[in-house]
Amino acid sequence: MIEHIELFFKSIFIDNMVFAVFLGMCSYLAVSKKVSTAVGLGAAVIFVLAVTVPLNWLLDQYLLQPGALVWLGPEYADYDLGFLSFIMFIATIATMVQLVEIVVEKFSPSLYNSLGIFLPLIAVNCAILGGSLFMQAREIETLGLALNYGVSSGIGWFLAILAIAAIREKIRYSNVPPALRGLGITFIITGLMGIGFLSFGGMLTGGDDESESSTELSAEKANTIQIEDNKELANNTKIIE
Amino acid sequence: MGLLSKKDGKLITDPLTDNNPITIQVLGICSALAITAELKASLVMAIAVLFVLGVGNVVISLMRNIIPSKIRIIVQLIVVATLVIIVDQVLKAFQYELSKTLSVFIGLIITNCIIMGRFEAFALGNGPWKAFLDGIGNALGYGVILIIVGFFRELLGSGTLFGIPVLGDAIEKTGVYSIGYENNGFMLMPPMALIIVGLLIWVQRSKNKALIED
Repeated sequence: MIEHIELFFKSIFIDNMVFAVFLGMCSYLAVSKKVSTAVGLGAAVIFVLAVTVPLNWLLDQYLLQPGALVWLGPEYADYDLGFLSFIMFIATIATMVQLVEIVVEKFSPSLYNSLGIFLPLIAVNCAILGGSLFMQAREIETLGLALNYGVSSGIGWFLAILAIAAIREKIRYSNVPPALRGLGITFIITGLMGIGFLSFGGMLTGGDDESESSTELSAEKANTIQIEDNKELANNTKIIE
Repeated sequence: MGLLSKKDGKLITDPLTDNNPITIQVLGICSALAITAELKASLVMAIAVLFVLGVGNVVISLMRNIIPSKIRIIVQLIVVATLVIIVDQVLKAFQYELSKTLSVFIGLIITNCIIMGRFEAFALGNGPWKAFLDGIGNALGYGVILIIVGFFRELLGSGTLFGIPVLGDAIEKTGVYSIGYENNGFMLMPPMALIIVGLLIWVQRSKNKALIED
């Protein structure tokens, strides 16, 4: 149970899809001009992630991992179909988005109309494929955790786009320099929000086991803590390489 | 078909400045920001996108008259996914450590909006040679931004370029470090990439007033 809660908060705040790993930036920048459309897209992203990440987990578990084909027979234990991951994941995502679109259109026409063009566009949103690829790279262990990861990553993305949309609505009447208006200031504000979210980095490290995943991000976080110590910094730059 | 006509030349030079995929068309942001902590990673990513976009544009352009309109997104996705699998396997074979750094983001080239965007906007309506030039141009425009961001982030963040210390040795305190200069470790953190691109947009739009939004 505790690992579910940990994964939930970690995916929303520490490994936030927008601020930590920059997934889904294109639609994030394009759709964040109004809060109402941002909310619609965010909800759609949560929904699609919740559906595709567990499904891709099943695919990964029983088809793509090294030795995953054992259930067909012991002679298949050596097969490693990992190189097919990309094409299988994107095929699942495209199919599921199409299915979700059909189901939503049938059962809730009003929701379908409000989502509009966003639903089909989500299929090529890098946040969705990124969610599945990170799920695979981080070797999430159970189906329940995969569902948890999908939903919480979506919520993290939703929070980010909601925040930037609200800010962009407010700064429409501010004196932004002409060359920075629109795209430029959005980038800078997103960067500042990212810096703010870095402060969540210490949230889950007060516990007993140091089972932090050894991603590049963790190595970089360790850098800033030891920034005064030149020797540590030089060592850590070697870790990044 | 041998010589580049003036119009064809524009296909390559436009995306480098006035129609830059990242700063003007707002495509391909995701990977541009995430992997630019090292200059080497930026360069490899730029080359990977060059390959996928160049070859992909040509393939889609050759097939443009036989793809049924209803399934064209799926066909495009399959073409891109196949090319990316090739890039990924080559990278794993020849540059294993780098492929670990780039990890997920090579796969995310599939959903890189530049590629699908150029397929839809150009390759489906033009011949193979023009499509190839357009692909090369956009990939170069993308690569230029990546390399600039990677350059500043690596230089200011770790004092190295391509892993070679250029400002002196941080431990021995030679070169610039002897007068008290410290590496700005913050540059290696993700948010700084966003801010650097924001500043690049500022510079670009100040120079070319036509690009300013309302």
